[in-house]
Order: sequence, then structure tokens, then C-alpha cells
Amino acid sequence: MSTQLQSLPAWRQRRSVHMVMTHTLYYLILATVGTMLMVPFLWMVVSSVKAEHEIFSIPTTWIPERIRWENYTHALESFPFFRSLLNTLFITVSVIVGRLLSTSLAAYAFARMRFRLRTPLFVLVLSTLMIPYHVTLIPTYILFTRLGWIDTFLPLIVPNWLGLGAFYIFLLRQFFMTVPSEMNDAARIDGCSHFGIFARVILPLSIPALATVTIFTFLEQWNDFLAPIIYLNSPDKHTLAIAIQFYRQSASGAGWGPVRTWAHLMVVSLLTMAPCLLLFFFAQRYFIQGVVISGVKG
Amino acid sequence: MSMRLREELEAYLFLLPWILGFLIFLVGPLAASLYFSLADYNILQPPKLVGLANYQTMFADDPLFLKSLRITAIYTFASVPLIVTLGYLVALLLNQKVRGLAVWRTIFYLPAVVSGVAVAVMWVWVFDPDGGIVNNLLRLVGIEGPAWFTDPDWALTTLILTSLWGIGGGMVVYLAGMQGVPTHLYEACELDGGGTWNRFRHVTLPMTTPVIFFNLLIGIIGSWQVFTNAFVITNGGPANATLFYVLFLYRQGWKYHKMGYASALAWVLFFIILIFTIVVFKTSGWVYYESDQADQSK
Repeated sequence: MSTQLQSLPAWRQRRSVHMVMTHTLYYLILATVGTMLMVPFLWMVVSSVKAEHEIFSIPTTWIPERIRWENYTHALESFPFFRSLLNTLFITVSVIVGRLLSTSLAAYAFARMRFRLRTPLFVLVLSTLMIPYHVTLIPTYILFTRLGWIDTFLPLIVPNWLGLGAFYIFLLRQFFMTVPSEMNDAARIDGCSHFGIFARVILPLSIPALATVTIFTFLEQWNDFLAPIIYLNSPDKHTLAIAIQFYRQSASGAGWGPVRTWAHLMVVSLLTMAPCLLLFFFAQRYFIQGVVISGVKG
Repeated sequence: MSMRLREELEAYLFLLPWILGFLIFLVGPLAASLYFSLADYNILQPPKLVGLANYQTMFADDPLFLKSLRITAIYTFASVPLIVTLGYLVALLLNQKVRGLAVWRTIFYLPAVVSGVAVAVMWVWVFDPDGGIVNNLLRLVGIEGPAWFTDPDWALTTLILTSLWGIGGGMVVYLAGMQGVPTHLYEACELDGGGTWNRFRHVTLPMTTPVIFFNLLIGIIGSWQVFTNAFVITNGGPANATLFYVLFLYRQGWKYHKMGYASALAWVLFFIILIFTIVVFKTSGWVYYESDQADQSK
């Protein structure tokens, strides 16, 4: 940089110095904010491998005297991780499959088919976006009680197989509209039915949008708390989210030292976050794209 | 003609899952919820109509209802503008052709990927008055920090602070919006002798107002439905200082089994969100829409 500066005329040099200074300031601000956002993560990781006496030590130690991986094995012994992980995975995957099927079928009808109620029905879909989840929660809960579905996964899964999630219908419909309609016509001439076009033309071309729906649904289901806490009672049905909450309550009540509890709580919280972080790192492109499709263009 | 009819019928077949879901999980529960809201209902006995008594109780003699309303409103008015502004400022910085954009974007977006109970547990430990990182860092500069979540005067403020961790969610959308601004607008601005400020004031800002508007609306709707943090971190306390609206609703329904009262609360929530939405739309004169631009975007 400095060699470049010397070869420039005086006025450009001044301008460059100004540029360098403002850019340095930008990087400083970015680094400060970035550090502040990362500190909670780092603090979790560090706390999860600390010894009991280090947890509350003042001043704080950033580097533990020894990395205690045994915290992880101990936490997994007292926390029903694999059971809850399996439950969470089962619910999340079932919801994703049901939502992809039901919302993409509806979106296809709105994007590509001609029927008389198309516009009014689509307006209806959009208007359901405004109704908060809580307004229908109580009657839905009572319905599931009457059906004997409490303490099963059905209340969490079934509604999503029936096209609940107007936002995703909207998102997919917007994406399907961008697929050139000539492809539709060509397929029709070849004798393809609407279902054939949907399955063999539209869906394969809409992988990015379907990936977006999958990712958003994954995060939403993985971290959901209200519905599981209302519908799932017995511990062997618990999702990771409720299992942590129960672990926390039992830990403070069972005469554990707060110290040991914190390291273990950080372990289980980290393990619960890990799939979301991994998903983000492997599918970052679809994340950003999805946020953009829904946020900028929606 | 028979082709048309066939397509018409086929369309309803595509929409069948959604239509079923709409009737079973939306129209039915909405009607039932309205009915329950006018009744005394504890699930065990059939609902007993009481007219508008639930709504009267709420506003006339339920100080906790009014308190939860105030708390949630304060949270909305503090947290949403802060998140929108800070997210936008960071996006502006990242839009200054900084190096390593992908890395910065990942750092800022990462917290938005995780949520739920695991994050809530993390915050409890980060803001722990004795062992938490925040007070430890404050001690380094000689400040004895407050008790954060366990101090009635600080609990709500601390929740607002933690919400800022998610600024990256909106930031990604603003940044995408900024990068979508056509360069010829900047060139035109420069020809008119506009500097950095004018470029921001007359090009970047107006062109990104639709994105700001979208995030503002989503943020307000979301903040009225805060539940997990209030339940897990503070459980409404201390001294009901963080009794968020939905937590209050949950308690009325699932702790005290007042399903009628909880239904009425859900309807009030619906109207609050509706009013906020209408106000935001009515005051959206500052949002700049270029119809051309809207057509080009997919």
C-alpha cells in the first residue's frame, strides 16, 4: 500500500490516505461488533470444558487449565441426549416432508393451473399469514385432546401435512412463476399431465426454493418450544428443546453444585445448536438465497 | 370445455391438502376460539357462555394483563427499531467494498441461525451476576455490573439487549437489497456532484426502503409473540418484570385452565397485531416503490 502511495500525485495521495483511514475505521467497527456477537459462543465453548473450580473463578480465565472432554461424557450420561435427538429428528423430518409435499402442490396450482377460484383462494392463503398461531392454539389443543393425540408426535406433524404454512406456499408459488412457461407447454404437447409437469419439470427446476423451505422448516421445528411443551408430556417423548429445560430444572433441584450444572448445561446446549450451525456451514448458499428470496422479493 | 373442467377439478385435487388443513386447523379453530372467548371453559365442563365478561375482566380488573401488555409494548418499541437500525448500519459498512465479505457476513449472520432453549440457557450463563462473562468483563474495568435477569429493574432491558444478537438476520436482507441497487443510479448521482452522503441519502436509502419496511413489519409481529426467552430465562419474573403477553396467555390456559379467558387473550393479540400492521402500512409513505424494479425482480 505504501509503495503505491508514493508514486501517486499529491492530491490523490491525500485522497488515498483519507480512504485508508475510513476503511480502517470500518474494519475496526466490524471487528468490534463481530467480536461482541461471537463472545457468547466462545464463552459457551470455553465453559463447557472447564473444571468446577474454574467456572466461577474471578477474574475469568479464557483458557481452561486443561480441556475436560469428560464434561461431555458426563453430561451425556445424565442427559437423555440420543433419545431427544431421535425424537427431534423424527418430528423435524416428518414436518419437512409433509410441508414440502403439501405446500408445493398448492403452490403449483396457484402458479400454473387455471381454475375459477384461483385469485380468491390465493388471497385467502395470504390472509391466513396475519393470524397468530395462538388464536387457533386452544381449540386445536382441545381437538387433539379429544382425538387422544396428546403425548404423541401427531399434533406436531399432521397439520404440516395439510398445507399449514401459507408463507411457504407463497414463496414456492413466486418461484414456480419464474420457470419459463414454454417448458410447461412443451411438456403438455408431449402429453404430460399436470402432475407430470409438476413432478418432472417444475420440482427439479425448483431445488433452490425447496432447499430454502427445507432449511427454514428445519430451524423452526428444531428450536420450537411452545408446541412441544403443550403436546408432549412424558420424558421419552421430549424433544431436545424441552429436554434441556427439564434438565435445567432437575439439575438445580437435585442438589448439584451450580458449578457442575453450568458446564454440563453448556455441553447440552452446544450439542443442540450444533446441527443448526452445521446445516448453516454446509448450505450457506441456500440460507442467504432463501433469506433474500423471502425478504427482498417477497 | 371438458379440458377446462378437467383442469378445474385437477386444481382442487392439488389444493386438497391445503383445503383440508384450512378447514380443520384454521376455520374450525377460529370459530371455536371466538366461541370460547365468550365463555367460561376449563375443558372438564362444557363451555358456559358469559358474553363479553372475559374481555371486561381483562381491561377492568386484571392488572397482570395490563402489565403484560405494557411489557410487550416496551419490548417492541425498544427492540425492533434497534435491531432494524443496527442491522442496517452493519449492512451499510459491509456494502463499502470491504475485503472478506463472505467471512464477515457469516460472522454476523451466525447468531441468527440458532434460537430457542439452547440460546436462552446460554444467555442465562452469559449474564450470570457472579460467573457470567458480562459482569466479569465489567469488573476488569472496575464496574460492578447489575444482576441482569434477576434484577426487576434490569430484566426487561437485558432481554432487549439479548435480542440484538439477531441483527444479522435483517442485515443479510438489507445487504442483498443494497447490492441489488442498479449502478447507473450511483453514476447519475455522481454526475450530479453527489458525494458519499448524497449517494446514501438519495440512492441507497430510498432503494432499500421496501426491505426496511418488510423487516420492520416482521419484527413487530414477531416481538408480540415472544415466548421461549420469557419462559426459559426469566419465567416472567422477577416480580413479573418480564411477563410477556404470550407467556401470560400460556399460563391462563395451561396453568390455570382458563381456556375461555386464554382464547379472549388470543383474540386481543390478533387485534393488536392487526392494528400494528395497519398503522405500519398507513404510515408507509416513506417506502419507495419503483414499479419497474418490482417487475424485474423475480
